[in-house]
Amino acid sequence: MSNYEFVRTDMLPQQEPPSDTVGVIGWLRANLFSSFYNTALSITVLFLLGSVLMNAVPWVFLGIWNADSLSHCREIFASQYSDGREYACWAVVRDRWDQIIFGYSFGNLEEGLFWRPVFALLFVFVAITPILFPSTPRTLYLATFATLFIYPWLIWGGSLSSYLSIAVLIVAAGYVYQILSKYMISLFSIGLMLVFLILGLWLLNAPISALIHLILPFELQSIPSREISGFVLSITIGIVAIVASLPLAILLALGRQSDLFIVKKLSTLFIELIRGVPLITLIFVATVLLKYFLPKSVNLDPVLSVMILVTLFTAAYIAEVIRGGLAALPSGQKEAADSLGLNYWQAQRLIILPQALKISIPGIVSNFISVLKDTTLVSIVALNDPLGIATAVRSHTDWNGIVWELYAFIALIFWLMCFSMSRYSMYLERKLRTDHH
Amino acid sequence: MRKTILLSAATVAGLATGAASADTLSDIKERGKLNCGVTEGTLGFSARDASGKHQGFDVEFCRALGAAIFDDADAVEYIELSSKNRFSGLSTGLVDVLYRTTTWTFSRDVDLKTSFVGINYYDGQGFMVPAELGVSSAKELEGATVCIETGTTTELNLADFFRTNNMSYEPLPVGSPTEAKALFIEGACDVYTTDASALAGVRASLKDPSAYVILPEVVSKEPLGPAVRHGDNAWEDVVRWTQNALVAAEEFGITQANVAELAKGGDNPEINRLLGAEGSLGEMLGLDADWAARAIAATGNYGEVFERTIGESTPIGLSRGLNALWTEGGLQYSQPFR
Repeated sequence: MSNYEFVRTDMLPQQEPPSDTVGVIGWLRANLFSSFYNTALSITVLFLLGSVLMNAVPWVFLGIWNADSLSHCREIFASQYSDGREYACWAVVRDRWDQIIFGYSFGNLEEGLFWRPVFALLFVFVAITPILFPSTPRTLYLATFATLFIYPWLIWGGSLSSYLSIAVLIVAAGYVYQILSKYMISLFSIGLMLVFLILGLWLLNAPISALIHLILPFELQSIPSREISGFVLSITIGIVAIVASLPLAILLALGRQSDLFIVKKLSTLFIELIRGVPLITLIFVATVLLKYFLPKSVNLDPVLSVMILVTLFTAAYIAEVIRGGLAALPSGQKEAADSLGLNYWQAQRLIILPQALKISIPGIVSNFISVLKDTTLVSIVALNDPLGIATAVRSHTDWNGIVWELYAFIALIFWLMCFSMSRYSMYLERKLRTDHH
Repeated sequence: MRKTILLSAATVAGLATGAASADTLSDIKERGKLNCGVTEGTLGFSARDASGKHQGFDVEFCRALGAAIFDDADAVEYIELSSKNRFSGLSTGLVDVLYRTTTWTFSRDVDLKTSFVGINYYDGQGFMVPAELGVSSAKELEGATVCIETGTTTELNLADFFRTNNMSYEPLPVGSPTEAKALFIEGACDVYTTDASALAGVRASLKDPSAYVILPEVVSKEPLGPAVRHGDNAWEDVVRWTQNALVAAEEFGITQANVAELAKGGDNPEINRLLGAEGSLGEMLGLDADWAARAIAATGNYGEVFERTIGESTPIGLSRGLNALWTEGGLQYSQPFR
């Protein structure tokens, strides 16, 4: 032991790591400049990014908000900036934002109708709260049901009673089902309920509506379907498609997995038929070509037929996503449900679907996001989506020559909507997480 | 909404209603509105303003029809059709008349079962060049580089024009009008070519319009006019003669300002017949005697409509050219009101 010249007997105090491995410099070295190739790549990308931002940032932030027309904007550029470059003429957004958001029907702020889509959207937020956040009181579901009728009333206008009478008939049909289901098997009672509903809509709708009108004589200015445009149109179609497609998709997915031959084949046929045709073709066929075959006096509402089609289309896609979720479940889950004595629907509702849907959330939400963006396809049937309004704005003599500003504005709004949906789906996934990691 | 639900319920119940009548004019009168098919947005011809109202050259003709039928130029519903769905929109009855910058061609007239009833704008392919090029005629464009959209009639017309004039040119194929415009502004090509009416709009949208000139030559025929469905000649007559009334009004010097005065009757028998002071032309059409007077009062005569929407005093700045009256060397000509 004694031939060692030095033996450390005490612990050295902990030292700071070398300065080039921590903090900003450390991060940069580790992530951007860790090797020759990474360094070269980083420098190239930074250079490209820089050159884009050098042009884009001043374009956006030095843009003009106060002008009457594009030529006015250009005069201001010429007088304010000596470099002779063009910047964004945001004045077009300032002039026409109301039209792009609220459409031609509600966009004229002087007419003062814009509160209707705003209130309609507020109702939707209240209505979806109990669905999105299960901790909220259950009574809010009443608001959800009411919104189904308030929303179309606010958008299409007319007399409130004509919407409420449908609500009354649906509630009545619900009671009919409850009573009947005590006496016969549920398939028959569902059938009889539907018969009651159709007969009711046909015969009782007018008298009930008149009766309600005596008590609640509220009337709003009617808006022709074709005038509903801009983001009001996109959001309306999007909401309907999102809300209505999910239950339909679940039924289709279960149908395709079912052991019943006809149900299985019909579900498969429907899904494959719809998925095999582009949405734009479906919309075109339903609104234009159907008119060839139907008598001229049958007036298919263009917005309504688009809503139905987009719903069916989305349902077919989501059905396949859910089928993926169902297939991912181990068969032991179903066997366990069977051994507990649960019937088919109980097993689906309590054991299978909650798990399958949880797996399918990312896929379902991406379908929702894409359907919201697909609503811009309605331009094919002469409805004015936000992009259609942008085209019209660009064809006006004041704003002829504008391109990027309008598209940037529309893109921003779509991005905000889609991004919040995607964030919500991530929140939901975290919340429903049951595995341990 | 309620009506739609009822109707869909009726369809579900299998209640087929009677076949539609081919009498468009009575359908319109019953509906109380004219359904007019216009473009989604074409500078000067049809576009919505900030309050959502339609404005433009084509729109004025729809308004004239509304005034002729209902004495209300606003009794018109405008339906914006794309170039893809305009003919199906017409044939399915979505619109009663198509005032949608539509070129009257043989195959459209014959094969597509549409009837063109007149020409409200004689268009044609034109050329725009930078002023500094110092060119005053398309015949001086020997060796020029031309930005040209591929797969269009414009491309074919261009080739024909240069071939017949024994000149060569350098085509620069592009995919879209926006791309063509960008390349032209950058100076990548010397010549920008498209329909003359659109050319004026593109010029007006440029940063410095005066730095560019539109050459006088028009090298193709693009007669734009209203179209209706085949087989309803009575309605066809209403559209044709309402447009003719506006043209004839210009010829006779009837304007928006003096039409009320002249409608009381005067020395010129043709004016009297047109405005309903004499004869029964309106009744023959199935309209009131003062149908033409109402249309002129609503929009002004052809010249007034032109000047107000696309003429030289507007930012679009189109000159009358071929669209001047036949008496002034143009092609606008109304058949006599007799």
